[in-house]
Amino acid sequence: MQEASQTNFVPFTEEMRQTHTILVPGMLPLHFTLLQAALASCGYKVEILQNTSREVVETGLKYVNNDICYPALLVIGQLLQALESGKYDLQKTALIITQTGGGCRASNYIYLLRKALEKAGLTHIPVISLNVNGLEKQPGFHLNANMVRKFLAALIYGDALMYLTNKIRPYEVVEGAADALAEKWLSRLAEAFQSGKGQALSSIKKLTKAIAKEFAAVPIVHRPKTKVGIVGEIYIKYAALGNNNLEKFLQKQDCEYMLPGVLNFIMYCVDTYLTDYKLYGGSFWKYGTNKGAMWYLKHLESILRSALNTAPFSAPATYEETKTMVKGIIGYGNNMGEGWLLTAEMLELVHSGYTNIICAQPFGCLPNHIAGRGMINKIKEIAEEANILAIDYDASASKVNQENRIKLMLATAK
Amino acid sequence: MQIGLDIGSTTIKIAVLDDAGNLLFSKYQRHYSQIAARILELHKELMAKFPTLRTARLAISGSAGIGIAESCGIQFVQEVFAEKICTEKLHPGTDAVIELGGEDAKILFLGRHFDARMNDSCAGGTGAFIDQMAALLNVETDRMNELAQQATTSYTIASRCGVFAKSDIQPLLNQGAAKSDLAASIFHAVASQAVTGLAKGRPIEGEVLYLGGPLTFMSCLRDSFDSILGIKGQCPANSLFYVAMGAAFCAEHDVDFASLPAKLEVAIKEHTFEHLAPLFQNEAEYEEFHQRHLQDSVIISTPENASEAFIGIDSGSTTIKIAVMSPNGELLDSFYQSNKGNPVVAVRDYLTSFYEKYPHCQLLAGAVTGYGEDLIRHAFGMDYGIVETMAHFYAAHYLEPEVDFILDIGGQDMKCLKIHNGAIDNIFLNEACSSGCGSFLQTFAEILGYSAEEFAKIGLFADMPVDLGSRCTVFMNSSVKQAQKDGASVANISAGLSISIVKNALYKVIRPGSKEAIGKHIVVQGGTFLNDCVLRAFEQEMGLNVVRPNIAGLMGAYGAALYAQRRFKDNPKPSAIIKLAELKTFQHNVKGVTCGLCNNHCHLTINIFASGKRFISGNRCERPITHMAPKDDLNLYRQKLELLKSLPNNEEPRRGLMGIPMGLNMYELLPFWQGLLNHLGFKVVTSPIEDKNIYRMGQNTIPSDTVCYPAKLMHGHIKWLLDHGVEHIFYPCMTYNISEQGTENCYNCPVVAYYPEVLHANMHALDRAHFFFDYLGLLHKKVLVQKLYEMLRKEYADITKQELKQAVEAAFAAYDAYEAQVKERGQKIISLAREQRKPIVVLAGRPYHIDPKVNHSIDHLITTMGAALVSEDAVSSHVTAQELSTDLHVLNQWTYHSRLYAAAKYVADNPDMHMIQLVSFGCGCDAITADECRRILEEHGRIYTQIKIDDIDNLGAAKIRIRSLFSAANLFDLDNN
Repeated sequence: MQEASQTNFVPFTEEMRQTHTILVPGMLPLHFTLLQAALASCGYKVEILQNTSREVVETGLKYVNNDICYPALLVIGQLLQALESGKYDLQKTALIITQTGGGCRASNYIYLLRKALEKAGLTHIPVISLNVNGLEKQPGFHLNANMVRKFLAALIYGDALMYLTNKIRPYEVVEGAADALAEKWLSRLAEAFQSGKGQALSSIKKLTKAIAKEFAAVPIVHRPKTKVGIVGEIYIKYAALGNNNLEKFLQKQDCEYMLPGVLNFIMYCVDTYLTDYKLYGGSFWKYGTNKGAMWYLKHLESILRSALNTAPFSAPATYEETKTMVKGIIGYGNNMGEGWLLTAEMLELVHSGYTNIICAQPFGCLPNHIAGRGMINKIKEIAEEANILAIDYDASASKVNQENRIKLMLATAK
Repeated sequence: MQIGLDIGSTTIKIAVLDDAGNLLFSKYQRHYSQIAARILELHKELMAKFPTLRTARLAISGSAGIGIAESCGIQFVQEVFAEKICTEKLHPGTDAVIELGGEDAKILFLGRHFDARMNDSCAGGTGAFIDQMAALLNVETDRMNELAQQATTSYTIASRCGVFAKSDIQPLLNQGAAKSDLAASIFHAVASQAVTGLAKGRPIEGEVLYLGGPLTFMSCLRDSFDSILGIKGQCPANSLFYVAMGAAFCAEHDVDFASLPAKLEVAIKEHTFEHLAPLFQNEAEYEEFHQRHLQDSVIISTPENASEAFIGIDSGSTTIKIAVMSPNGELLDSFYQSNKGNPVVAVRDYLTSFYEKYPHCQLLAGAVTGYGEDLIRHAFGMDYGIVETMAHFYAAHYLEPEVDFILDIGGQDMKCLKIHNGAIDNIFLNEACSSGCGSFLQTFAEILGYSAEEFAKIGLFADMPVDLGSRCTVFMNSSVKQAQKDGASVANISAGLSISIVKNALYKVIRPGSKEAIGKHIVVQGGTFLNDCVLRAFEQEMGLNVVRPNIAGLMGAYGAALYAQRRFKDNPKPSAIIKLAELKTFQHNVKGVTCGLCNNHCHLTINIFASGKRFISGNRCERPITHMAPKDDLNLYRQKLELLKSLPNNEEPRRGLMGIPMGLNMYELLPFWQGLLNHLGFKVVTSPIEDKNIYRMGQNTIPSDTVCYPAKLMHGHIKWLLDHGVEHIFYPCMTYNISEQGTENCYNCPVVAYYPEVLHANMHALDRAHFFFDYLGLLHKKVLVQKLYEMLRKEYADITKQELKQAVEAAFAAYDAYEAQVKERGQKIISLAREQRKPIVVLAGRPYHIDPKVNHSIDHLITTMGAALVSEDAVSSHVTAQELSTDLHVLNQWTYHSRLYAAAKYVADNPDMHMIQLVSFGCGCDAITADECRRILEEHGRIYTQIKIDDIDNLGAAKIRIRSLFSAANLFDLDNN
């Protein structure tokens, strides 16, 4: 792929592994805690950012074009606000940001971050691109197979914990029991990760089962709850900073909510290559690698699902099943941003009883014009019971309007 | 007894029902954001009316009621749900309910497929919108209906959000359109917005109820809905109280009325909104500030003392400003007033009184600037016209010769001028979406019941200014609503609004890298800066002191006077300003007509003056005036359109007709697909390029209101094809575009790539047709042949791969031929322009920006002003991929956008070329490309100009930008101004 020259950019060197702390924007508290541990076990000093004050938004507004998508504004705002906070030694700090590739403007976030650093006079801070498609390389940061395996292990545990807490929390007898249990496992897993354990397939199998069993043992009482599914753009749907604490709000509104796991999204990303190869041609070698990756991911999926099928839980649909749900509704070639997966996840949630769906997206999100808002009428034709609400999030969208619309959705759900 | 309280964004409604559900008492009033206080009053009133009342079941509803309900522990019922309950009880069998409220618009579909829609956060078309428009027309909201009844014609007004509508209405007003026609047009816009924005494709039919304030009070608004929907809706008794009654029906818990006031008092005291630091810590700080700004003054004198003077008129969007200046720069007389929707009358009255009062003072020359420039100039024989950015520059430069930055915030516009070496170096204007400027502040003051001056004063010593963010007006409206809910005082709202205006200017329009980059000698001006809150907020945000002249509101007019003087010095000649005798018989009539000379169908406003002189405005080209078709020999946009229209077609199709919707990437790929389909034995039918009704035709099937306008047009194109009996439609999804210069990075943007999916999922009419929208790519011919085969074989069983292979070759040949022609023509225009020494404008956008429906004939505007015009692809190939990649600070991921960077780079190196980038509103990709193009140009010391386009049909703002660019670049000698 052709790209901008990198000669102007400060590289992340081998030595920096020892000296520098890498700041990571926050998104999913459960998954990212484990990712941090995984990175630490690979010899990187990493800190997941927790700053979520209004200043983050203000900093973002100051440093990036205000018409850019909200996640970019938040992620860059969070990183720059951290740098400006005085908490970090700016000679010993690096940043990391994901670069997905593809036709969505998210592939450009790293460049926007660099432009922001330039504006702030911080061009000496190295920025690492986290990508699996070789978009940018850094001498001191190698994403090797071993690391990818560790990341995936972290994501599987994260998905398991997220699913189980969301299932138990609304019905727990003792308030806070589910979250406490998740916390307990989180620190146990983080510890294991540090010492290089818990990442082999066999351990994942054993540990996820054990986690599911302990969650199954949490005392619960059945109460009537409104079941809500949350889908949307990946950052906005997961990050409390992006969605104005949507999960907390739904907890207060007496809801049981569910978020699709991260694994789905990873599989979708890999699948994109397979689909594009079939539709448009390309490198067969790349096709082969991705086919192999898909096989490995499906294996992980089966491990995760078998744990989540521990009674009384039942695992959500598989990736392939979810994919089949949109056959004839939207093309698999539609794979920028969340693409067809977004439509598929809405249907999967409806089928699993989460008939009320919040589609959370940044204001003006391009892929979601198609796969989100664009498909709602169609979904309602197929699944009459679906009660879908699309909400736009952005630096100045008013929380009261968003909450009022959610309340309307909940009122009509009963 | 059951009581429902409906607290909306602007009004409070109460309904008291007896146990049988009969309405005993109801009341509707504005709450001016004093929610708790109003409830207390209502409580008193209730206690007086029902002295035996101790407890009653009470529920609160309404968007501003959540907070109060929570803090008082009273049941809250979502308002749409309440409305549903009430309608089902009182009008079983209703199919749909349309309710317009203060800031919400709702449509409820009742019955088996219940659904409720509320307007998105960026949508106008509500009661507050009508209020805002009434204020703009300078009439009471109550009079809007009366006016609309007298309408004779109607204008197209964008109603997507208040700001857009304003930019449509303001120029119409300035051009002299009748208020009655505008009122009717506003109603029509509101109805059209509600229907398309909310119904999103679902038909509204059967028994329809109209509820809420605006629909209750305005019969013409109901008529507008009726005519758009083709039904006769009903406005039932008590239509204002459906939410309140619904809440009453839902009320489940008894509330003790004796303890209610105490709870409300507590609620009043709660402050939960996000707030900022106060503007002034104490009186002393204000005093210092006040004294400092008194120093920046123009000497004020009186015409009594002068025998000669120059006059400058700034006919702005909402106000008219006049400055009479002595030859040595003293301000002799001035005038600053709302133009009350008719600038001509204001100027006539002023001139008459000036002549009568000061017969000895001779006006040597006069100049006009602002939105109403052309009209005023023609009406009163003013000698010169000047674009407002230049007028402001002259004034600021005169007062502060060292000035390096000027920020002017007027009623509707925000202008920032960067000055370098005594000349304008760069210009920023606010986008249509962020023009929440002075008039917004004023409208808000009025909604809250204050004059602009009072509103500003109140804010000065606010202890906790509300943090309202920095986006567009509509967002601010909801933020204010939230702050009201949280109990923010009017003072804190006033200060908060001032701060947000400043932040809007700084972070949305100017976007400086650092504060130092703005400048050291800053002059702020414009009426909005007369508000001390705004001035203070700006100084605080910038961290430095700035100059606000004592004539801040008059700077445009003063600059125009200076300009008149300058021109007079260069060429002293008797002024043509009309004299007292003529003023006495001055008459001005306005007529609206639709121009039929081309397919643009401009709404022309013809002003007829007593002298028989006519002035036509609203035109995009000279045709209605000269009756000559515009010449397009130097206009590549038009030539590209001609090329597309004259593509060869297969007139003896063996496989029949194939329709292609003429939008988005078809503006580039039509030659390709037409070549392919012709070869396969199809005759290609394209939907028309120049049919203004296209948008309207498909409007009601658009699912996402915020998608770009070019995408929205696709719905209409499909509808047109289907309506014309074309049953086979070809419009493939394409993740990747043509690969240029051998690179692989050739994505389409997500909307261009996948819009056929949206059409397929939302246009039911397509179900009956054969819609070919499979995923195709042009990168690998073999795969393309295979995919085409799979796609077409379903319908045309006899098709062979061999045939397709040849067709693909033919298609590539046709595409290459077209591209070569475009480049050749572009080159020809460039050399012609150079021969004629004309400046060349590279109007850069996407291929579909050549669509006159999308660019609103901005190309003609530019060529009429005397420049040659080419598109980005005419020059982009002059920059190689290698050259581009060495200097690019973004990921070059899209084909079309890559051309923009290349074009910017090419223009940067060619001093006789100027780039204007067209950006469709809502285009996410352009948030990236715009910044990058700006960077490329500015690093070479060139001016970057951006024009945002949407469905707004008015080119007023675009004209200012283009003229400013031309003036700043010194493109033409002054007489062309």
